[in-house]
Amino acid sequence: MSRIGVFVCHCGENIGRTVDCAKVAQAAAKFPGVVHAVDYKYMCSDPGQNLIKQAIREKKLTGVVVAACSPRMHEPTFRRAAAEAGLNPFLCEMANIREHVSWVHEDRAAATAKAIDHTRIMVEKARHDEPLFPVKVPVTKTALVIGGGIAGIQAALDIANGAQKVILVEKEPSIGGHMAQLSETFPTLDCSQCILTPRMVEVAAHPNIKLHTFSEIEESKGYIGNFEVKIRKKARSVDLKKCTGCGLCMEKCPVKNIKSEFECGLGARTAIYRPFPQAVPNKPVIDREHCLKFQKGTCGVCAKVCPVAAINYDDTDEIVTEKIGAIVLATGYRVMGTDLYGEYGYGKYPDVIDGLQFERLASASGPTDGNIVRPSDGKVPKKVVFLKCIGSRDNAHGITYCSKICCMYVAKHAMLYKHKVHDGQAYVFYMDIRAGGKNYDEFVRRAIEEDGAMYYRGRVSRIYEHGGKLIVKGVDTLSGLNVQIDADLVVLATAMQAQEGIEKLAQKLNVSYDEYNFFTEAHPKLRPVEANTAGIFLAGACQAPKDIPEAVAQAGGAAAKVLGLFSSDELEREPIIARVNENTCVACWYCYNVCPYGAIEKKEIKDKQGRTVRWVAHVNESVCAGCGLCNAICPSKSVELDGFDDGQSYAEIGALSE
Amino acid sequence: MSEEFEPKITAFVCNWCTYAGADLAGTSRLKYASNMRVIKLPCTGRIDFMFLIRAFEQGADAVLVSGCHPGDCHYNEGNYYARRRWTVFRKLLNFLGIEEDRVQFSSVSAAEGRKWADLVNEVTGAVRKLGPFKGYKQLMEKSRFIQPVEAGK
Repeated sequence: MSRIGVFVCHCGENIGRTVDCAKVAQAAAKFPGVVHAVDYKYMCSDPGQNLIKQAIREKKLTGVVVAACSPRMHEPTFRRAAAEAGLNPFLCEMANIREHVSWVHEDRAAATAKAIDHTRIMVEKARHDEPLFPVKVPVTKTALVIGGGIAGIQAALDIANGAQKVILVEKEPSIGGHMAQLSETFPTLDCSQCILTPRMVEVAAHPNIKLHTFSEIEESKGYIGNFEVKIRKKARSVDLKKCTGCGLCMEKCPVKNIKSEFECGLGARTAIYRPFPQAVPNKPVIDREHCLKFQKGTCGVCAKVCPVAAINYDDTDEIVTEKIGAIVLATGYRVMGTDLYGEYGYGKYPDVIDGLQFERLASASGPTDGNIVRPSDGKVPKKVVFLKCIGSRDNAHGITYCSKICCMYVAKHAMLYKHKVHDGQAYVFYMDIRAGGKNYDEFVRRAIEEDGAMYYRGRVSRIYEHGGKLIVKGVDTLSGLNVQIDADLVVLATAMQAQEGIEKLAQKLNVSYDEYNFFTEAHPKLRPVEANTAGIFLAGACQAPKDIPEAVAQAGGAAAKVLGLFSSDELEREPIIARVNENTCVACWYCYNVCPYGAIEKKEIKDKQGRTVRWVAHVNESVCAGCGLCNAICPSKSVELDGFDDGQSYAEIGALSE
Repeated sequence: MSEEFEPKITAFVCNWCTYAGADLAGTSRLKYASNMRVIKLPCTGRIDFMFLIRAFEQGADAVLVSGCHPGDCHYNEGNYYARRRWTVFRKLLNFLGIEEDRVQFSSVSAAEGRKWADLVNEVTGAVRKLGPFKGYKQLMEKSRFIQPVEAGK
């Protein structure tokens, strides 16, 4: 038999002015199951809370309804008070008679009637409430960071420095990501590798970090605190333990004309190679697609010259399984292919390059040792045209978003060019200059005012070759004039896109991604570093286009979240979760299919002999987010959402009629 | 009838968008009609449309379902399930003897206090014109085998 206490709050004048609180309490006293009903000036005050606690103890209440403000305001307050008096906090409900009644209605009689109704609804709910207990799940204190670019490196270091274990997985043979390819970074023009490589080395040397390069995620199971991840370590054909990184194999390898991925095709590499001289680990890998040993069964030079017998042609992929408590996704971005832009001649004219290729040209460690020259003839270009928003903000080519970093790096390119080619002229075609950020706009102004970059607000319609020059035809919309430049080099600032095939990883991890395949955050403002799957966090450009400081900041945020998660041995979460009645479940899997979180599992029911009798749905308490989709869809009414089950809901509806 | 008909309207709203939007209408002190009674659920995807029928059975003249805007659902896709359920359910309404206009489906975000106030006024005005809902009671009388379930324990 329910013994409900109703506590009607005046909220000073806030409720009392429009609602006759005494009348609400008098009406409530007559509701079925109510044994105690009072009104008071301020229920949330100490004396108000004591009133509730005292009544719980003295009247042996089995439920409490506080008719006051919105539960979004004070539900935690009153639930805590109830718990302090020994009542399960989930037996305490709130009826909203302030935000939904007194503040929005003027007629006292009508407002009082509505307040009584809202109170009756919540009394009925409280009569059907069951005690609920926080769900506890253990936490494996090892983090998995996927992606070894600057975001992944930062996240891994921050977690490792917080005295927790980290496993860092990178699909390329070396960590470093795109940042390792950059020449100098805006807005300070400090050398990218100078600031990055020490961190790469720190990762490799850190006692808390286990590094898996040339590796990819094969499979992921489990949930927050308890993931089990299979990592495929691709066959490197070089024994990392034996290899000293002397480089003799690369020197002697006869296949020398492979386009280097790291140099964006502007330089060549051998079949046994390391992506760049500062690679971590600084040890080579055999590219089996180009290696003569693998393609023709000949050669074998690297094995012959290796002084430590580190070459292993029989190496095979290895699957390692790791137990993980939290995952940081830091898979970064790729630069959009330019094949959509035939009118700009990329791929047709060697001197039309993209922004990342320009970075390699300007990099002191690049294929030209930092000399900015034309890829076609090696001559120093005297006129360079930069085109912004290639792909970005272009509905016609399917990308509506702004890639964010191009305005800044184009200004940087114009500067770097001017610093290296003093008599050269940089031209920039832009749609808008978006330079929000600390010292960013000043930086762009410097490119224009000090380094004399010529900025045209307008698009380029066409680029074609004529007499050894690239004729760039565009428009300056500010002056209304057509612009034609006979350029030596054209640089396209192409869009930042999500990594190719990243949706497959997302599906393995059950995280959601947007229409552009960027990972979706749990909340765009308040939970920007969390994926919508509990225990998975986001860092860097895998979520949206970002520059280095933002990627690093977000990586730090993700690391802080991971460390917070690892700060206790068990997780505690609100028990608003679904529950299956195994006796009535018919295993139709509707719930399994609608669950946005993959919280429904298929469970076998076995007989005494261990034979499978039937299957039923089972809710993984750690993963369930409490939306109740399963509850609504279940045809046999076998799934119920604790806290909002059918009994409670129908009771609330039943309270609508007097 | 000398006295003006005061409709009874039941609103089923989600916790994250519309309930918060209604809270905002309150904190903004926007005034609107007092005919709506609000039942909060985690998500509109939690709503079994039997809830709506049960609300009519309890004397509601109209029902409002409101959740997050498409793409904004706290649970990613719950509101899509509600919307799909609604498109199927509305076809059933006539069969049940309930005019389609007595069930309204909307999205109100946590930032749309004004939209909530306007929506309540709009729905209340529309139902006022429709008049009291008698269909369900008639249906109940005709088919004795459907008995209203006694709520409570």
